Amino acid sequence: MNAALSIDGLEVVFDRFRALKGVSLEVKSGESFGLVGESGSGKSTLLRAIAGLAPAASGTIAVNGKSLGARRDKAFYREVQMVFQDPYGSLHPRQTVDRLLQEPLAIHGFADGEKRIQRALDEVGLGTGFRFRYSHQLSGGQRQRVAIARALILEPSILLLDEPTSALDASVQAEVLNLLEEIRRRRKLTFLMVSHDLAIITHMCERLMVMQNGEAVENLTAAQLVGHRATKDYTRNLLRASDGFVRTA
Amino acid sequence: MSAEAIQSRRDWLLSERPASRMQARLGRTYVAWRRFSANRLAFLGLLIIIALLVVAALADVLAPYSPTVGDLKGSRLLAPSAAHWFGTDDLGRDILSRVIFGSRWTLYVVILVAIIAAPIGLLVGTVAGYAGGWVDAILMRITDIFLAFPKLILALAFVAALGPGIENAVLAIAITSWPPYARIARAETLTVRNSDYIKAVQLMGASPFRIVLRHIMPLCISSLIIRVTLDMAGIILTAAGLGFLGLGAQPPLPEWGAMIASGRRFVLDQWWVAGAPGFAILIVSLGFNLLGDGLRDALDPRSGDQ
Repeated sequence: MNAALSIDGLEVVFDRFRALKGVSLEVKSGESFGLVGESGSGKSTLLRAIAGLAPAASGTIAVNGKSLGARRDKAFYREVQMVFQDPYGSLHPRQTVDRLLQEPLAIHGFADGEKRIQRALDEVGLGTGFRFRYSHQLSGGQRQRVAIARALILEPSILLLDEPTSALDASVQAEVLNLLEEIRRRRKLTFLMVSHDLAIITHMCERLMVMQNGEAVENLTAAQLVGHRATKDYTRNLLRASDGFVRTA
Repeated sequence: MSAEAIQSRRDWLLSERPASRMQARLGRTYVAWRRFSANRLAFLGLLIIIALLVVAALADVLAPYSPTVGDLKGSRLLAPSAAHWFGTDDLGRDILSRVIFGSRWTLYVVILVAIIAAPIGLLVGTVAGYAGGWVDAILMRITDIFLAFPKLILALAFVAALGPGIENAVLAIAITSWPPYARIARAETLTVRNSDYIKAVQLMGASPFRIVLRHIMPLCISSLIIRVTLDMAGIILTAAGLGFLGLGAQPPLPEWGAMIASGRRFVLDQWWVAGAPGFAILIVSLGFNLLGDGLRDALDPRSGDQ
């Protein structure tokens, strides 16, 4: 088994608050792995710690077998990219789509920028008409597609998804999820996806981890979750809550 | 140009799907211009500033007499008349010509101060805001120290040390006027530094230098332009004040503040000697204030489209 991402005993502390309490995790290459839990359970913090946006107090993170230090180098960013939760906040308000996509290429010194931008936009289903728009000229779904294009333009092997659809309405949600599924299949990407929507996780992921208060509760497969074969009380409660929501809706 | 041609050009500028980088940029400029020119008073301010620029550029052509050489024998302290629209001063020089040439010195001061002070403030503020920690603490304490000095007194001390003259007055004003810009830039930086779009750029592996220069500074610039424009009137007044105290422009330079200073001895009997340059300062300061107010409405990133 080759692990794309392996985390061991990761701790994140913000001003004495332990946001993550020794979480361990292993994601296989090409796998789609889900993180679920209520708000404040530390799932987003885990993603941010992997990306280097939250400080790791102790524990190790290894990407494709290489252990990461406190500072991430450029090679890391070409392996791991992230899509943020809020498409309204993740695009620079004063830059066109073209400029947004050019920035990573300029940082990493790609010469064939023109072609790559075109390809990235085509891949996420946005035609040339969107290339020179500012983000305020785009809808939520279009913005999230731009954010996905930006994450993919460096051709990473691992994509961190922080509730990529929770800010979108239901029909657009499905479109974006299908797009992500399709890209993963085509590019053989590894996904680590955070969501509090169990339906999305069971649809998108093969395995998942349930988190609570900064700790891992249990690891399940999607099939176990669908069959309600959880072993821990907390997970059962979570499932019940999610079912209840479905019934009233 | 026909009405249809104008209409199609407008459509091209306001297009929702710009086809090139240039079209996107021009479209954005056009929207800001429309918002700006809808404001009558701001437009008036712009006209005043343009008039000032034209007068300064064409001073040699427009001025009827020499600004520095007067007729001591025949035309001392003449009242305004057809020959001397604004009258003459105690050395027999035509005041209109001096006011016209004085516009050059006013522009010189204002532009130099803006060029020196605004970038210093922008740099200090964005670096302090983005870096945080001890860098922030040191830079902002330095800013606080400069802010604590009374502006005119520090300028006075500076001029006293370096000697009077318009260049030293400019330096003195620039040194005392950057701290507010640093504060504005820092405040703007603090509101955007933790946003997802800055995080996203960090995740691409951008250096802090690149993030500050290419992603944070463009967001701070519009509020800085507004503030600098609004401060222009104050800069003109400070320069005039230094001139008035004899520490700015030296005679026979036709600087407006120095002109008022020389006219104050006979302000009761020959009011026009001090009145004309005073009025010029008033008009230009008003112009900059109106322009600044209009720019605030047109450029404010929080109004209209983000």
